[in-house]
Amino acid sequence: MELLAAGFIEDNIVPKFNYWIYVILMMIGLYAMITKNNLIKKLIGMAVFQTAIILFYVSIGVKEESGIPILGHGQHHEIVEEGKPSGEVITKDEFANPLPHVLMLTAIVVGVSTLGLALAISQRIHGSFGTLEEDEILDQLRPGGHD
Amino acid sequence: MIEESYLPLLAWMVSLLAVPAILLMRRSPNVREGTTFVAAFVKFALVLAMLPAVMAGGVLRFSFGEILPGIPLEFRVDGLGMLFALVASSLWILTTLYSVGYMRGLKEHDQTRFFACFAVSISATIGVAFAGNLFTLYLFYEMLSLSTYPLVTHHGDKEARSGGRTYLSHLLGTSVAFVLPAMIYCWVKSGGDMSFTDGGFLAGKIGPGDGLIVLLAFTLGFAKSGLMPFHSWLPNAMVAPTPVSALLHAVAVVKVGVFCILRVFTGVFGIDTLKDLDITTAVTYIAGFTVITSSLIALTQDNLKRRLAFSTIGQLAYIILGVSLLSAHGITGSAMHIAMHAFGKITLFFCAGAIFMATGKKYVSQMVGIGRQMPVTMTAFLLGSLSIIGLPPFGGAWSKWYLFLGALDAGQLMIAAILIISSLLNIAYLLPVAVNALFRQPPGGSDDIAAVGIREAPAACVIPLSITAVAGFILFLFPDLVFDLAQLLISNG
Amino acid sequence: MTEHYPVVILMAPLFGALLATLLGRGRQVACWWTALIALGISALFAVGNICAVLASGEGELRYRMGGWHESSGYEVGIELRVDMLAALVVAAVTLVGFVNTIFAKTRVTGEMREKVSFYYALNQLLIVGLCGIVMTNDAFNLYVLIEITSLTSYALIAMGNRRAALSSFNYIIMGTIGASFYLLGVGYLYIKTGTLNIDDIRGVLQSGNLWGHASITIAFILIMLGVWIKMALFPLHGWLPNAYCYAPSAVSSFMAPLMTKVMVYVMLRVMLWLFGSEYVYSSGHVWGELIIWMSIIAIVAGSFLALARTDIKKMLTYLIVAEVGYMVGGAWLVNGAGLAGSMYHIFSDAAMTFCLFLAASIVILRTGDHRLTAFNGLFRRMPLTMIGFTVGALSMIGLPPTCGFFSKWYLISGGIEAGHWAYVAALLFSSLVNAVIFFRIFERAYFGNLKGVADEQFPDDRDSAPPLTLERVPCSMLIPLFLAVMAVLLVGIYNNTLVSWLKAAMPPL
Repeated sequence: MELLAAGFIEDNIVPKFNYWIYVILMMIGLYAMITKNNLIKKLIGMAVFQTAIILFYVSIGVKEESGIPILGHGQHHEIVEEGKPSGEVITKDEFANPLPHVLMLTAIVVGVSTLGLALAISQRIHGSFGTLEEDEILDQLRPGGHD
Repeated sequence: MIEESYLPLLAWMVSLLAVPAILLMRRSPNVREGTTFVAAFVKFALVLAMLPAVMAGGVLRFSFGEILPGIPLEFRVDGLGMLFALVASSLWILTTLYSVGYMRGLKEHDQTRFFACFAVSISATIGVAFAGNLFTLYLFYEMLSLSTYPLVTHHGDKEARSGGRTYLSHLLGTSVAFVLPAMIYCWVKSGGDMSFTDGGFLAGKIGPGDGLIVLLAFTLGFAKSGLMPFHSWLPNAMVAPTPVSALLHAVAVVKVGVFCILRVFTGVFGIDTLKDLDITTAVTYIAGFTVITSSLIALTQDNLKRRLAFSTIGQLAYIILGVSLLSAHGITGSAMHIAMHAFGKITLFFCAGAIFMATGKKYVSQMVGIGRQMPVTMTAFLLGSLSIIGLPPFGGAWSKWYLFLGALDAGQLMIAAILIISSLLNIAYLLPVAVNALFRQPPGGSDDIAAVGIREAPAACVIPLSITAVAGFILFLFPDLVFDLAQLLISNG
Repeated sequence: MTEHYPVVILMAPLFGALLATLLGRGRQVACWWTALIALGISALFAVGNICAVLASGEGELRYRMGGWHESSGYEVGIELRVDMLAALVVAAVTLVGFVNTIFAKTRVTGEMREKVSFYYALNQLLIVGLCGIVMTNDAFNLYVLIEITSLTSYALIAMGNRRAALSSFNYIIMGTIGASFYLLGVGYLYIKTGTLNIDDIRGVLQSGNLWGHASITIAFILIMLGVWIKMALFPLHGWLPNAYCYAPSAVSSFMAPLMTKVMVYVMLRVMLWLFGSEYVYSSGHVWGELIIWMSIIAIVAGSFLALARTDIKKMLTYLIVAEVGYMVGGAWLVNGAGLAGSMYHIFSDAAMTFCLFLAASIVILRTGDHRLTAFNGLFRRMPLTMIGFTVGALSMIGLPPTCGFFSKWYLISGGIEAGHWAYVAALLFSSLVNAVIFFRIFERAYFGNLKGVADEQFPDDRDSAPPLTLERVPCSMLIPLFLAVMAVLLVGIYNNTLVSWLKAAMPPL
């Protein structure tokens, strides 16, 4: 039994641990977004959810035995001229794929602005309902609501 | 022999053009009604202008251009369409005269709206009559449903409202639920062609199984024909003012339903295809059932307009019965019955309205002895009844004769029996009304009648009903025009 | 110049938004003019764009943002790709945006007071986002643009009353889940293909024959789920009715016709261009049949939910849910007619929803009542508005010659061709339910109020109301309504042209 479990961990979880972590984080976030009663807790869930995706993206840029994708001193003078490298050739295997990281810069910006907007709106909700608990808000709406 | 022409377009448009004029002239009723009259006469003249070409076996065509892939919005005037257009446009003139008398006599509200909607309805009717393909037919069919709704619910009270609800739910519901899918199915099957051709555009492209379903969907879906089980809108629509019942529910609306079914039989499937597929028996039985049942129900109705409505349901079923027999005589009879029944039934409705105007009476039981007060009206009622029953010397005799011949041709003795039984029933529910009114003493003794003397409805109402009653007789003497137009359907098909 | 049209469409409202923000609170009229001119330019170029696509030989325009050249056969930068479908959707977005800005003029001053400049700025940004979504040829860029439209629409919706703020919050939660699913799906595609350009992804999938791979299946499911949440396909529709119902009327009249429709466009794009029809429609997958049944449920459920509503706008929002089902179902019928119907319905639904929301906004504004009782006796008191409403309603029911009839025509013929009778029945059922819904309203509007419904504001006295008076509605609201009515009719009458263009844009099935 223990052997089986150990084998499973070795075969499926260790080599793909980044995926497991992102899936677990994502589920935590999704759970909070859907089930939590407090609006701020929902937003915390949302932040976790988005971070999980960022983690996923960043981790897929990794290559074995590669460094950070920053060109060393002097290199950048010699790279491109009409797409043809002259002189020293950059081997892509030496660098992690920078594109997912760049994409995530954008995604982080999007995530932050969503969070900011959501916080501003929850502030408005607090202002007009006096609470951030969803059930209390719905209770307030019930008599006058026409839903 | 297809000829491009603007006449169908003009004939269709005249009454539509009258609508803004009617709306603008709402402050001066005389000018407003004058506009309606001018439009009615011009329309009739335009229809007549097309007659010679059609009688010569030609087809007038006008196309607005392609709307759906392969389907233009187009008018094609052939014999059947001509026959229907002639009936509708000539009776519009008389109905306009009658409406003026009726609406003013009863000081009805919203007369502008009434006349405007009436004009739109007539345009839609002519549009159906001239429709060159199934899509155009459907377009004007729906237009007619919508434009008659304000007319049916004219009084705006609770009864009118519920009548209107039944009216629209039946007509719109069936057309969307049955006709629309059947139409699109035809379009898919025929490979994008929907023009009414003489042999039918579905000829050879449809099997007996789906053919039967499509045929039934069309027959039941065009619920304006009043075929059971979707007939109950018609008696309920009798809450409308009488001119509406007269023109729309004896002539335009119901005949549009029947006309559409005739078109489906002749233009969509083609008589020969239907013979090959052998699928019309179901329609024959539905129609036969409707003929007998509606006549029996008519016997029990005390409200005169409702009795007439059930009579209409039965008479319309004759037409469908005739065409479903697929024999040349039957189809001729059906086409002729459109015209003959129109003149007969509109007379009866005019009379019902005139009685209501002069005496306020709506029920058959109240009308005993009323002939002394309204001799002209009740005589006209008698003549109209005889024409509906199909006795010579009235027009109805011809169409019923051909229907009967058709049944014999097809070897359907049971159908022939149904025709005879229902004619007897017609006598039973129509004739007593006229006979009791003319020849029996009023129940309250003769004093009050003598005191009242002869008091007919206004002349504007009596003149039209006299004309249509006499027309029934003339159509017996000179049925040639109607017969020839009906024959065009056979010779081409 | 022609090749720069797509960028001009995007740039004009972007700068308009900046300008509106800079102009600030005090200058409402100037803000309005800014938005109007910017969107006018945008709409003008969008129409020019259609002509340019028509004129171009290959039926599409491509534009490399920033002039990044492709390297070794793959696009490096962000590419815009405008085929006929995209050009038409962009034109619809900008035109509706332009007309809605006319409509908004008097409406927003009443509804948003000091936030007017923000409204115009956000509205223009929303349009930039929508146009970008439609034109971009980059899967990640698509995500960013979806989020731009979402962010602006969250903010716009929250400008309404306190219920709007709550609805907007729920929309944020749902919208973020949807967008994140999409992003994840793109991530999986990137792992397998190493590119983000939509055409290149499809090319790599094809040349590498990667279709059987589990990652691709997962990517497809994730992307579809994300897009469905965003377009409010039936069980995922929860956010939409409240959000559109409580949003300020100038906002809902813009978002209701366009947001879901653009997401339907995204779905088509993902299906046909990102994955390719041979993958999506291949008989090996179970989802084709499943999704049609989902759309059937969406149609039926949306119709029923709309039937039960007494609030005008909420009823209309549930109708949108049903209409989304139309388009999703049509797209999965796997034949030209269904697909053409689905694409055509994007325009026809946009036109009729726009028309209905404008009319409903006017009615709510003039009567001060947001329930169906507002319609009592309105044919007499507001004939012009009611004519507009009637045309939109008839189109929803599907009567010729309005555009709703023709979309039903194509969708039903697609259903018949595919032999999918349940879908055909669902469409007819929804037509009938719409007929009931709208004729109930017409009855009220035509006869006045019904017995037993207390309505002290407008007693049932039909003769006291002045007949055929021009309602006191500003021209700035009636003209947009008139234009929307024209759109409903013109999209209907010219359906043949429109569909032939759309069919040309369709990839072979």
